[in-house]
Amino acid sequence: MASETLYDLKAISKKFTRGKETITIFESLDLQIKKGDFVAIMGPSGSGKTTLLNMLGGVDQPSGGEILFDGKRVDNLGEGDLARWRANNIGFIFQFYNLMPMLNAARNVELPLLLTKLNKKQRNQFVETALTLVGLADRAKHMPGEMSGGQQQRVAIARAIVSDPKLILCDEPTGDLDRTTADEILEMLQILNRDHGKTIVMVTHDPRAAKYAGRTLHLDKGAFVEREAEIV
Amino acid sequence: MTDLYLIYKNMTRKPLRLFLTCFAIFIAFLLYGAVTALKGALDSGVEMSADDRLVVVNRINFTNPLPISYVQKIRSVEGVEKVTFQNWFGGYYQDPKQQVVTFAAEPESYLDVYPELLVEPEQRQNWLRDRQGLLVGKAIAEQFGWKVGDKIPLNSNIFSHKDGGQTWDFNISGIYTGEDEQMDTRSAVFHYQYFRETNSWNTDSVGWIGLTTKDPALNEQVAKRIDEMFANSSAETDTSTEKAFNKAFIEQIGNIGLIIFGVVFMAFFTILVLVGNTMALAVRERTGEIAVLKTLGFNASRIFRMVLAESMLVTLLGGLAGLGTAYLLIEGAKAAMARFLPGLVMTPEIAVQAVGYMLALGLITGLLPAFKAMRLNLATAFARG
Ligand SMILES: Nc1ncnc2c1ncn2[C@@H]1O[C@H](COP(=O)(O)OP(=O)(O)O)[C@@H](O)[C@H]1O
Ligand SMILES: [Mg+2]
Repeated sequence: MASETLYDLKAISKKFTRGKETITIFESLDLQIKKGDFVAIMGPSGSGKTTLLNMLGGVDQPSGGEILFDGKRVDNLGEGDLARWRANNIGFIFQFYNLMPMLNAARNVELPLLLTKLNKKQRNQFVETALTLVGLADRAKHMPGEMSGGQQQRVAIARAIVSDPKLILCDEPTGDLDRTTADEILEMLQILNRDHGKTIVMVTHDPRAAKYAGRTLHLDKGAFVEREAEIV
Repeated sequence: MTDLYLIYKNMTRKPLRLFLTCFAIFIAFLLYGAVTALKGALDSGVEMSADDRLVVVNRINFTNPLPISYVQKIRSVEGVEKVTFQNWFGGYYQDPKQQVVTFAAEPESYLDVYPELLVEPEQRQNWLRDRQGLLVGKAIAEQFGWKVGDKIPLNSNIFSHKDGGQTWDFNISGIYTGEDEQMDTRSAVFHYQYFRETNSWNTDSVGWIGLTTKDPALNEQVAKRIDEMFANSSAETDTSTEKAFNKAFIEQIGNIGLIIFGVVFMAFFTILVLVGNTMALAVRERTGEIAVLKTLGFNASRIFRMVLAESMLVTLLGGLAGLGTAYLLIEGAKAAMARFLPGLVMTPEIAVQAVGYMLALGLITGLLPAFKAMRLNLATAFARG
């Protein structure tokens, strides 16, 4: 059943209040993401891409509407349940890698496993597998500061997949990388999607990055504009 | 890897800052431990003194003598029960560094007025009978390895012997113990008669007179009667309770003490503020990382515990090291200070209290950052980063 729905967003609205001012980012947004999709979300800066991703990841809550994940509402979960849900289902990849500077690569990858019941030996096995997958098995003991941006992002990918989540959310994962390294990272995400069946939602404003995705959504003025990516 | 490892890594990521923070806490608790023990020693001197005992000293100064004839006169004052007198001998054993606090006193009345000195009946008899007998405290006997029956010389650093020199020979006739642990058993007492007959300078004077009253309620009246009796004489007296006397003596040190305490506690609180600020800063710098941990699925209470544990660890690390050093310092100074401050010890109460303050310090400095970390709004944290 490749076309099963993973995410169902119904009439999502989102408002921010800054002082007395209220900014409306989304009025009423609908979105469905199928299991196994690789979705790229594009749009100008400030169009609400990160805000949308945050809501998908349960990091931020919508002001109205419903978010269903695997058929269950997640927008109204409490803090603890939400944290557990995130730990069980989602891997995160950020623009600036966000590794812990005082932990080596292996320890960084191990972090999400602290939230599982795995024992030390199992955890080490999982970490090794994840690092091998991103081609960094030999850098396990390296500190983030000793690695290039591309390597750090690969460690971050290993951290995102180590607990084998269904879904990976990426916010501008190549925004800080040069062309070649960016392609490496995107290929890696493609492999995770194609060969490992991960659902991927990626925010980017690089049209070439979007080419790796199976589906591209353009966000503008609080709504999706369905159109093909234009090659720059 | 465990949460503890994460806490440890967070704590040690800026070693210099950790060191300076720990060092500040170290100093705070070193001061706290040492000064509290010192204060305890000063106070215990006052608390240990009986309040139904009066001390009569020369009005000019307690170091000035009183005529021995006063003893008889005071014995006849209404309300007075037992009277004894003593004279300061000074004293050291073999080497001026080996101080022995020694008094010349009237033996029988001395033991009557100071019943907290416990002596075995046989040794008591020995001492009363032997003109050259010396009654020594347990602590001093242990220090020099003296046993009953030993013949030992003591030197005065004030008086000279009639036969020349400043050395007196004594027989250890008894060893007294204290009623309770804290009592000072570092002094020695011998017969006033022996002192009077052998010192070259001698006189018919005594250092001070100690007495008990029939009822503590009479203290004030008795003191007044005594002082009135000797008013306008060549040696006017000043009679007060032993407690007041000791207190007056200690207040001379105490006034300086008060200033020290003030300075110490100001330093203590300054350090608290500094440490709290550092802790808050350390957490604020990590806002982004905490947000990442929360995004990965670490829940709020776990983050709260981790930040709090870190600040507790830092304060305990510095604090226990400081307290330990204070303990060693006091143990080292104890022997040297025994003469002035017999009660100088770091009591378990002080240690427990200090550990309590460490935990409180960890809580106070960690609570706010931990709370902030717990409440950190992830969306805002990312928007900033
Ligand atoms: N926590 C917040 N509080 C107030 N305004 C916010 C907050 N987060 C985002 N915004 C605003 O919402 C809009 C969309 O932001 P964002 O989702 O980060 O855009 P994008 O990722 O597409 O550049 C921006 O105008 C931004 O200033
Ligand atoms: Mg963004």
